[in-house]
Amino acid sequence: MADGNEFQLNPTPLLDDLESGPWPSFIKGFKEQFKKTGNTMIRGALDQLNYSYQTKMGYWKGGVVGVHGYGAGIISRYSMVSDLFPEAKEFHTVRIQPAPGLHYSSKSLREICDIWEKYGSGLINCHGQSGNLQLIGIEADKVQAAFDEFNQKGWDLGGAGACVRTAASCVGPARCEMSCYDTLNVHHKMLTYFTDLVHRPALPYKAKFKFSGCPNDCTNAIQRADYAVIGTWKGDIQVDEAEVKAFIDSKGMDYVVNNVVTRCPTNAITMESGSIKINNDDCVRCMHCINVMTKALSPGKERGVSLLCGGKGILKVGNMLGAMMIPFIKVDTEEEQEAFVELIEQILDFWADNALDHERLGEFIERIGMHAFLEGAELDTSIDMVTHPRDNPYFKAGYDHDPLKEISL
Amino acid sequence: MAAERTWTTIESGPPNAWDFLHPVCQKNYGKWKYHERPRPGVLKHVAESGDVLYTVRAGTERQDTATIIRRFCDLADKYADGFLRWTVRNNVEFMTPSWDNVEALIKDLNDLGHPVGGTGPSVSAIAHTQGWLHCDIPATDASGVAKSIMDIVYDEYIVEEMPNRVKLSTSCCEINCGGQADIAVIIQHTRPPRINHDILSGICEMPSTVARCPVAAIRPTTVNGKPSLMVVEEKCICCGACFGACPAMEINHPDYSKLAIWVGGKNSNARTAPANMKLVCHGIPQEPPRWPAVGTLVKRILDAYKDGARDWERMGEWIDRIGWKRFFETTGLKFDTYMIDTYRHARTSFNTSTHVRF
Repeated sequence: MADGNEFQLNPTPLLDDLESGPWPSFIKGFKEQFKKTGNTMIRGALDQLNYSYQTKMGYWKGGVVGVHGYGAGIISRYSMVSDLFPEAKEFHTVRIQPAPGLHYSSKSLREICDIWEKYGSGLINCHGQSGNLQLIGIEADKVQAAFDEFNQKGWDLGGAGACVRTAASCVGPARCEMSCYDTLNVHHKMLTYFTDLVHRPALPYKAKFKFSGCPNDCTNAIQRADYAVIGTWKGDIQVDEAEVKAFIDSKGMDYVVNNVVTRCPTNAITMESGSIKINNDDCVRCMHCINVMTKALSPGKERGVSLLCGGKGILKVGNMLGAMMIPFIKVDTEEEQEAFVELIEQILDFWADNALDHERLGEFIERIGMHAFLEGAELDTSIDMVTHPRDNPYFKAGYDHDPLKEISL
Repeated sequence: MAAERTWTTIESGPPNAWDFLHPVCQKNYGKWKYHERPRPGVLKHVAESGDVLYTVRAGTERQDTATIIRRFCDLADKYADGFLRWTVRNNVEFMTPSWDNVEALIKDLNDLGHPVGGTGPSVSAIAHTQGWLHCDIPATDASGVAKSIMDIVYDEYIVEEMPNRVKLSTSCCEINCGGQADIAVIIQHTRPPRINHDILSGICEMPSTVARCPVAAIRPTTVNGKPSLMVVEEKCICCGACFGACPAMEINHPDYSKLAIWVGGKNSNARTAPANMKLVCHGIPQEPPRWPAVGTLVKRILDAYKDGARDWERMGEWIDRIGWKRFFETTGLKFDTYMIDTYRHARTSFNTSTHVRF
C-alpha cells in the first residue's frame, strides 16, 4: 500500500463490468464500503475475485479458526494467492444465527454493523442458504473479540460442519394468515434445545431444520431440510360464502373453473349451483385453492404440523426430497412442543448412533431401509408415508405377524 | 498481545423473534385474516381486528455491506417503525400500516437502486451461493452469475406478469447449495479430478476420501514411493465429492468446469407435489464477468414459459402438460443422450407406456 493511497482501489476491470445494469451491484457496494472505511481487506478481496474472474478458478482454502469453547460457527478462509493479494490473506466468516423468520430491528442491525466494522471487513451476506447472517472477512486474531461483543448483544454463532445447522423459518403467524402453527416459536424452542449440537460438531454429518407454516413451504423445507416441519390442518377448509360469491362475481365463472376447480390435484372441488363445493375427504391440503381465493378460503381450524425427514441437496446420491414421517402432530402448547422436540431427538439420536460418516438422514434411511428406520427411531407406521403400497413381493414379514388379525372375515 | 478475555460466553442460540416484530405484527400475531397484492412488490395483510399492514419487498445485492444495511435501517426507521426482515430469496421487506409510507418508501428504494417487486407471479431474486468470493471449493462465481441474470430478467422482477411464481437459483458446485428452482444454473464438472500426488498423503485422510466416492472409483496407490490415491476414470461421474474431502484432488478447471441449466424444480405442495429439477442444457463455458450464454438461455426459457403456460402453472407443471419434447422445441434447446439418467433411480424416469407426443 502506497503512502496516502489507502483509499485507492486497484484496477479490477472484470469486476467493474458488474457495476452496470439495473439490478443492485455487489461490486458497487463493496467499493463504496472500501471508500468509506478504507478497510484494505475489501480491496484485497476484490483484487483476488478479479483474479478469479481472469483465471476462472477459486483461491480460498479452509483451516481451523474458532472461538473459545465452540467447534463451529467460524468458517476459515485463507488465500492461496496471498503473495499476490496480501491484503486478504485471511478472510474468515462469522456465522450469526438470526431470529426465526429473519426478523430484525434497525437497532439490532446497527449494532451488528458497528461491531462488524470495528473488527471485520464490513461485508455482510444476507443471508446464507441455511439461514445464517454471514459476516464475511475477518482475521483470526480478531474473531474472539468480535464474537464476545456480538454475544454481549444477544447474538450467538450458527452451525457449520457435522452439526445441527442454523435453521430457517417463514414469516409465520407474525404476518401470514396461512401459518398453521407458530413457526417462530417452535424454531426457537428446537434450536435452543439443540444449541450444544449447533456449536460442537458431533454428528455423522449436517442436520438441518426448516419450519414452514403451511404446505406452500416458503422455506423450501422438504427439499433442503433433514427435518421439515410444515404446518397443516385436519377437518374442513374454512369457507366464507359471501367472499366466495364476491370472488366468482368479480373474476367470472371461466376463471373459477380453469384456475380453482380444475387445478385441484384430487378433483375435490366441484361447481354446484353456481358456486364451489369442496369435498374435504378428498382434499390433500395442497393450498392451491386457498392461495387463489385468499379472502374466501382458509385452512381448517384443527391445526398442527407434518414432519418430513431426509431432504437434502444433490451431492452425492442426487437430490432427495423429505419423506412423510409424522402426518399430524399438535405443537400449540408448551407440553406439545416439548414432546415434539423429544420425538425429533429420538430420530436424531438413532441417526447419530448408526449413520456412516458424511451420511445425511435421507441417505441413511435409504441404506438401512424404512422398516429398520421406523423400528430404530420408534415411529409408528402410517399409510401417509407412501404414495402407494409396495409393488413387489420381496420381504419377510415377522414370523408372528398375522396380517389377517385385524381384518374381519 | 490481546487483552485477557473477561466475557463468559452465553450459549443463547437464536434470539427470540418477538422483540424484532413490527408492533402491528405483535398485536395481530396469529390472527391474520387474508392478504392481497395491491401492486407488484407490495403485500396487504388484513387482520381479524381490521388492522391493515402493508409489506414492501425489494431486491438487494445479497452480498451486502454495513453501509447498505444501515441505509435499510434508515428506511426502516423512517417508514417501518424501526423493523425489517429478509425473505429466503434475499429480498428485504419493510412493513407499515400506512399507504402513504408505502409510496414514499418505494420511491426512496428506487432512488437507492433497489427494485421493488418479487411478489406473486413474478421472477423473484436468485437464491445463490458464495462462489469465488468466499467458498473453498467453487468452480464458478455465484454472485456474478446471479447479478448478470437478474440484470437480464429485471423487468420481470418488478411486474407480476408470469403465469405463476418463478424461483431461480445458481450454485458454484454440484452440492447445489442454491437449491431446487424453476430454473437453476449449476456448475457441471466434466473431467475426473486431477490428483496432486506430492501433497495428497500429507493433507488428506485417505480412507474417508475413498469412502466419500459414491461409485467406488477411488483406490489407494503408491506414486513415486509415496502413498496416494488414484481414480478409475471410467467409473468417475465427476461429482466432486472427493475434492470436498481432499483438496489434493482438484476437480475445478477453468475450461472443463462448465455450466448447466436445470428446470422444473418446485418446493411448494400447491397442486402438484414438490419436484426435483431436470437437466435441459449442459456444457456451457465459463464466461466471466457476464456469462452471456447463460443469461440468453435463461431468458429464452422464461419467455417460452411466459408465452405458453397457463395461469398458476409453475415451470414444471407447464412442461408436464406440454411434454418435454415440446419444451425442447419451443426453447430451441437440444435433448441429448446424456439427459437420459444413468444414475441410481434412472428406471423411474423411463417411459414405460406408449404415451408419446408426435
